[in-house]
Amino acid sequence: MTLTSLTIAEARDQLRAKKISAVELTEAHLAEMTKQKALNAFVTETPDIARARAKEADAALAKGDAPALTGIPLGIKDLFCTEGVLTTASSHILDGFKPRYESTVTAKLKAAGSVMLGKLNLDEFAMGSSTTTSYYGPTINPWKAKGSGADLVPGGSSGGSAAAVAGGLAMGATGTDTGGSIRQPAAFAGIVGVKPTYGRCSRWGVVAFASSLDQPGPMTRTVRDSAIMLQAMCGHDPKDSTSSKLAVPDFEKALSRGVKGLKIGIPKEYRPDGLNAEVAALWDQGIAWLKDAGATPVDVSLPHTKYALPTYYIVAPAEASSNLARYDGVRFGLRVAGQSLDEMYSKTRAAGFGPEVRRRILIGTYVLSAGYYDAYYLKAQKVRALIARDFEQAFTQCDALLTPTAPTPAFAIGAKFDDPVAMYLNDVFTVPASLAGIPGSSVPAGLTSTGLPLGLQVLTKRWDEETMFAVSQTLEDAAAFKRLV
Amino acid sequence: MAYILKGETGDWEVVIGLEVHAQVVSNAKLFSGAPTTFGAEPNSQVSFIDAGMPGMLPVINEHCVAQAVKTGLGLKAKINKCSVFARKNYFYADLPQGYQISQYDQPIVGEGAIVLDMPDGSTRAIGVERLHLEQDAGKSIHDMHPQKTFIDLNRAGVGLMEIVSKPDLRSPEEAGLYLKKLRSILRYLGTCDGNMEEGSMRCDANVSVRPVGSNELRTRCEIKNVNSVRFVMMAIEHEARRHIEVYDAGGTINQETRLYDANRDETRSMRSKEMAHDYRYFPDPDLLPLVLDDAFIAKLKSELPELPDDKKNRFVKDYGLTAYDADVLVSERENAQFFETVAKGRDAKIAANWVISNLFGVLNKQGKAIAESPVSADDLGALLDLLADNTLSSRMAKEVFEIMVDTGKAPGAIVEERGMKQVTDTGAIEAAVDKIMAENPDKVAEIRAGKDKLIGWFTGQAMKATQGKANPAMLAELLKKKLAP
Repeated sequence: MTLTSLTIAEARDQLRAKKISAVELTEAHLAEMTKQKALNAFVTETPDIARARAKEADAALAKGDAPALTGIPLGIKDLFCTEGVLTTASSHILDGFKPRYESTVTAKLKAAGSVMLGKLNLDEFAMGSSTTTSYYGPTINPWKAKGSGADLVPGGSSGGSAAAVAGGLAMGATGTDTGGSIRQPAAFAGIVGVKPTYGRCSRWGVVAFASSLDQPGPMTRTVRDSAIMLQAMCGHDPKDSTSSKLAVPDFEKALSRGVKGLKIGIPKEYRPDGLNAEVAALWDQGIAWLKDAGATPVDVSLPHTKYALPTYYIVAPAEASSNLARYDGVRFGLRVAGQSLDEMYSKTRAAGFGPEVRRRILIGTYVLSAGYYDAYYLKAQKVRALIARDFEQAFTQCDALLTPTAPTPAFAIGAKFDDPVAMYLNDVFTVPASLAGIPGSSVPAGLTSTGLPLGLQVLTKRWDEETMFAVSQTLEDAAAFKRLV
Repeated sequence: MAYILKGETGDWEVVIGLEVHAQVVSNAKLFSGAPTTFGAEPNSQVSFIDAGMPGMLPVINEHCVAQAVKTGLGLKAKINKCSVFARKNYFYADLPQGYQISQYDQPIVGEGAIVLDMPDGSTRAIGVERLHLEQDAGKSIHDMHPQKTFIDLNRAGVGLMEIVSKPDLRSPEEAGLYLKKLRSILRYLGTCDGNMEEGSMRCDANVSVRPVGSNELRTRCEIKNVNSVRFVMMAIEHEARRHIEVYDAGGTINQETRLYDANRDETRSMRSKEMAHDYRYFPDPDLLPLVLDDAFIAKLKSELPELPDDKKNRFVKDYGLTAYDADVLVSERENAQFFETVAKGRDAKIAANWVISNLFGVLNKQGKAIAESPVSADDLGALLDLLADNTLSSRMAKEVFEIMVDTGKAPGAIVEERGMKQVTDTGAIEAAVDKIMAENPDKVAEIRAGKDKLIGWFTGQAMKATQGKANPAMLAELLKKKLAP
């Protein structure tokens, strides 16, 4: 057992037992980051901050005054604003941007004693499912298919987070999930990813993609670690009007609940014709595991599922087109000079945004424009309400839903790049829950015949992360998934 | 009197609707908590939210909401218990977010009315279409550098109430009365200081014309940002005449936005309909719908002050004032209060006359507001008391008043100091009259013979003999008796 393969829970106990120090734990991770630099998981490494915080952590541990994550080295998705540290959203347009403020989530993680290792790569402005649209180059999945040296994508948009955690560069990482950006990369990299209920974690200080969907969450190697990390990340924030005032339950405590007596809904719409056979088989295996643990599978229907992706690709770009208007070269980030204000805008935004971001701004601008608003945006909002109602009705028949996280395992870097729609299909199983605002996790549950990880997704009703954690823990126990580290 | 403009082809009537932007009286901005002090150093009142920094989120300022509801109640308008903030998207250098948070199809206040007090004493109700809350933009300063534009964001994010009238106004005069009345109501409520010079109240006028007798609504032009009541009236008249000239020449009016140039008294095209922005309004996903409960509205209602219309009616009914005098007194709350202090326990008509003719005359001449009046309400009341108990004649009272204005002294003290007490002792007056009669027997004979005009000469002599202090009524009575044939 090396220091970089410890889980957060294990490291927490060993730090408290003084078996290891925060400084050596941090140094081990900094060394691993250097060793695996080729993964391109980090946009910015912050070893100085890491070492300083590790020292503080050891001091706190010595005093016996150490909050939950004291000394735990974490990576931060480069969508979270971090005070004095370059924050890029993996976009050229934020060139040189060092915020003078700290996002609520990272401030909470800091207050919980964690050690920031650096800022993790993502798809530009979190728009993508492969972490290949980053201005700072693609991140490489630490997993390789059997007998192949081909570089695979880590999924996205939180691909840097997934690769860092899977490869042992960080014990955990923050992600953000708008349509699957935590869950899909977690599945591709064989780790656990949790998207909490919309409103559970504050969005304040997180660079916005689609405000009504964006939600921060943890990415870790075990379900327990996600429970520990989420506990430290969430809670009401008066600075975010969409942040919930509900009391936060004890997530770690919910892990041992088991699934006995629970009804697990199996939505038939998630098993389309031609679903990848290995994905389908693993899903069946998951159902069997839960049944063995005392749960009852029930068939449910989410009839509007097929409209989820088109709905998402109207709502998310619409919000993004407006959210990204502030990147205009006037106050921060990149500016390309022009003869007039309009020319400065066009030149700056043309140089600053990559093709996928430009595509979504154009789509979003189009669906909001006069004459098209009713047909697209307004219609999409109505369908979104129907999708949310599908889930509400399903949860009258069951306690949780079990589905595959993604329709395929990780694919090679370079595949699907010429066809945006094929890329968008990656999110087909994760997007509906995002539209409904319900919590979901991805748990690594097995390998394909080529040795690539696959994940299962657990969905529960709003604010019921406890059941989501209990089911996820049961799956993890049954799957006995063999991690990379 | 109907306002009719003569054209070559016939008589025309003007149709006017006004949009007033009234800055909410509040110490903090609408969504950011930054201060709103007028005239502060450029860019010193700007939060990260106002500057549109990445990841920043708006949080509604409850005080501004209360101010809008109060205003709605003051306009006897429908308060919408659920309203929605929407983004109005456009690019400009002084609009940091790239959108203005406003309200679109669900404003906080619905239909109401403003009653105009016409000079002939009649009233006319003008419909209010809606009132909504929105953010102000920053200021672009183009004249500080030959090539560059400077941006001051102090105003960015300040709360505005946009109050939209129905197209009910029919003359520049009505438009002026509407603005003055609206200003008066806002100032009574304390929701806007109504200061047009400082820009805390700005007006856009929508103007069209139609042949007298017609009910059609012809193409209108919007004249933007006119910054005084007088200019609004001039701009409307100019614009109406321009429309008539175009129609008379067989042309058509294009819907467009125009600017009024007060120096040249003309309007100029700013942008045509084709160039108009497509604002791509959509509900702001960072903010929840604004939901007001009955108790909140009821509390604000119970705290409403007496408003100008009610006060005016009360002044007419309780004090017996003319509608005109009541109007003049109630236009400013402080004026009305001053009057009521003076009138308390005294003859209200005399009090009104003194306040309007004498005090307002002085204040106008000195360019002072009532708060800076050199004569206090109590002192003016005391002066009226001296008049009422015959200590002073009205001529003497005016003299004392002038001294009060110059010195700020109380009337009692002035009378004391200068021995200005009116002589009401019949004996003293009689002695003076007797002396004059004795010294001028020829004149006594003449008047007794019927030369009535000589009574003025006797009055003058008696006044001179008493240093002007003789009570004029008593003197007249005495002379009449003594000089009777």
